[in-house]
Amino acid sequence: MQTSIAAHHSSVSEKDDRALASMFGAYTITATLWLLFATAIGVLLAYKFGAPDFAPGEWLTFGRLRPIHTNATFYGWASLALVGLAYYVAARSSGTRLYSVKLGWIGLVLFNVAAVAGTIALDLGYNDGNLEYREWPWPIRLIFLAALVITAWNLIGTVARRNTEDIYLSNWYTIGGVLWTCIIALVAILPWYQYGLGQVSVSGYYMHNAVGMWFTPLVLGIFYYALPKLLSRPIYSYALGVFAFWTNLVFYPIIGAHHFLFSPLPWWLQTTAIVFSVAMLVPVWGGSANFLLTMRGRLRDLVQSYPLMFIFVGVIGYLVGSTQGTFEAFRSLQEVWHMTNFTVGHSHLTMYGFVTFAIWGGVYALLPLATGKAPGALGLSLHFWMAVVGSFIYVISLSIGGTIQGLDWIHGAPFIQSVVDIQPFWVWRGVGGLLMFLSHIVFAWNVWRMSFGPSTTAPLASAHADEAVA
Amino acid sequence: MSKLVLIAGGSTLVYACLALLMGVLPGIELSKTPPGPGVLPLTALQIEGREVYVANGCSYCHTQQVRPLPQDKIFGRPSAPGDFAYQTPELLGSERTGPDLTNVGVRQPSAVWQYIHLYNPRAVVPESIMPAFDWMFKVVDQESPGMAPVPLPKAYAPVRGVVVPGHQAEALVAYLLSLKQPALPTAGNGEGATVIPSASTAASAPPADSAAGAGSHDVIKGKALFTANCAACHQVNGEGLPGAFPSLKGNAAVNNDDPATHIRAVLHGLQGAQVGGVAYSSPMPAFGGTLSDTDIANIIDYERSAWGNHGRLVTVEQVAAERAKGK
Repeated sequence: MQTSIAAHHSSVSEKDDRALASMFGAYTITATLWLLFATAIGVLLAYKFGAPDFAPGEWLTFGRLRPIHTNATFYGWASLALVGLAYYVAARSSGTRLYSVKLGWIGLVLFNVAAVAGTIALDLGYNDGNLEYREWPWPIRLIFLAALVITAWNLIGTVARRNTEDIYLSNWYTIGGVLWTCIIALVAILPWYQYGLGQVSVSGYYMHNAVGMWFTPLVLGIFYYALPKLLSRPIYSYALGVFAFWTNLVFYPIIGAHHFLFSPLPWWLQTTAIVFSVAMLVPVWGGSANFLLTMRGRLRDLVQSYPLMFIFVGVIGYLVGSTQGTFEAFRSLQEVWHMTNFTVGHSHLTMYGFVTFAIWGGVYALLPLATGKAPGALGLSLHFWMAVVGSFIYVISLSIGGTIQGLDWIHGAPFIQSVVDIQPFWVWRGVGGLLMFLSHIVFAWNVWRMSFGPSTTAPLASAHADEAVA
Repeated sequence: MSKLVLIAGGSTLVYACLALLMGVLPGIELSKTPPGPGVLPLTALQIEGREVYVANGCSYCHTQQVRPLPQDKIFGRPSAPGDFAYQTPELLGSERTGPDLTNVGVRQPSAVWQYIHLYNPRAVVPESIMPAFDWMFKVVDQESPGMAPVPLPKAYAPVRGVVVPGHQAEALVAYLLSLKQPALPTAGNGEGATVIPSASTAASAPPADSAAGAGSHDVIKGKALFTANCAACHQVNGEGLPGAFPSLKGNAAVNNDDPATHIRAVLHGLQGAQVGGVAYSSPMPAFGGTLSDTDIANIIDYERSAWGNHGRLVTVEQVAAERAKGK
């Protein structure tokens, strides 16, 4: 079962390498632009919590910018970056060239068209019902779905051309993630079972699946490729990775209703969601253990390699964020935390501490291999430390503030008291958010260096050499 | 190739089944939930208002679901499945940066208050961080017949002219005022009105007095209750808003030794009230259904002793007696 990510490159020409590198670079660059945009909006939103009359008017009102922030993060930044990485991993781990470079570029254009159109639509007030993460009007989400289908087709076609019998585990996760997300997007769009309370149950399903069956598998796919690559040692247990794949697949789709505990949704649906939220500890702890054990005894490499440090934070974010999610699903804790800012802290711990750090680790590990251009050490350390410290402040302050909100409500304080009491924590959230945003500017600079900077090694030459070792 | 089909196809088949089971099938079943008794479809204007609500993302800060938990009692009775029959898109929400709005039409029935609050929330709730929706309003030179200006406090009013609601504001307020929970039929005869069981106490009936007959007033509790229930209109300083909400400071009913009028106003609310010779168009909501006699006595005693008022304090028994008399 053990498959090495070593692969023969006899079938890959230098021209194919260059085509792959420029496409991977293009996905990363547009993703980075979305990250800058989405988090600039995030900082503005954070500021509005303290100064609600700042930046007034229809186009900059909180309720329109908030879904712009979340959707641009999800479908602009994280999705584009992960698809770019998935293409690179699929081609390299299969020792082949891409099935179709052209389809890859068409997908890139469609993803970006959807994100631009969705952003404009939301700002004009065309919001598909404030249903979280599916606010873009449905025709725009169809464009996104088309991009997903193209991506799935292209990834499958690439892996089908592999020169080994086995399919490397990363591709299980990435191809699976893209295919499942096609289903998620379709279920979200079709209207016939989405009236009143019926739509509530679909929202619960969608909200969690769009996160856990899209970002999680793609990120795990990156981990399974980048970690062995950076450490030049195979993953600790390939079988454990396969086990985590199937358990994640079976448990994750069932937990969505935990977003609606104590709602009028059927009690059995809520309880089932809680049970499987606990079951999620199996793939989460199994997967995290697998990554950490792969890194065991290599502390020296860890502290000397920023790509590894980013991935390490990503793994810890996965472990802590997902475990926190399990605990939040308990009714006793939901009574305190549900509907408070604690949830916002949780979503940033996972989308940032886990997904975003993992993407950065993947980009820093793999983009220099593709382009032969590396970022400077100062840029890497500035990015890393501002992002770590910023997100730490962000999550801690909202976790404390959200808990205070929840306790205020339980103690029967007048509602406005909960708004007053959390104010200082919103200020700290803004400080953390600003640091995060500044780190993104440094990241953008690093991406520039990796794409257009001076060459540090021959493009892909070192990659080939590395893979011979692995 | 077969391996690829197995992994990609197999996992996708498993996923499709789970998506059907956890997303689509509950959706089909629950979409058939019939409307609860008294749950009505929205009027054309209210539907338009709901669209304004959605377009501006109101539900990112305001939920529309009351949980069967003690801390949610202030927002109304626990939501029932039948409440959502005409709620597409659903607006349950997941974040309460602002209060729940399920029952806001009952809690805050004054259109005038809603207009002032939308124009700039800080005009009535100084600590509020809600955005101002002043762009839904128009500034006109002069009052024109049939267009009542919004009675904004001076600090928030434009220097010149008066503010009147635009069409979006009118629709939005019509929608907000339509958000009223119909009463649930008593247990046993209501289909579709099953309340989710909970370890916590059910919350539809007015809470019983914890210390009935204690009699002594509690200023701290009274002040908190006043802040939560009354200050949005009458303001923390008790002075109300000129032309919109009457002042309680020096108010005749509040300082009258016979507390009947005062108690009855809190219990049953007011409509078209005349205070100090001024007619107020805004209705005052009734608190008899949500607050206990002790709570009401605490609020009244606070009002009667704050801001320089010197009304004779009332007892819980007096409130109970007025409640017994009925409306």
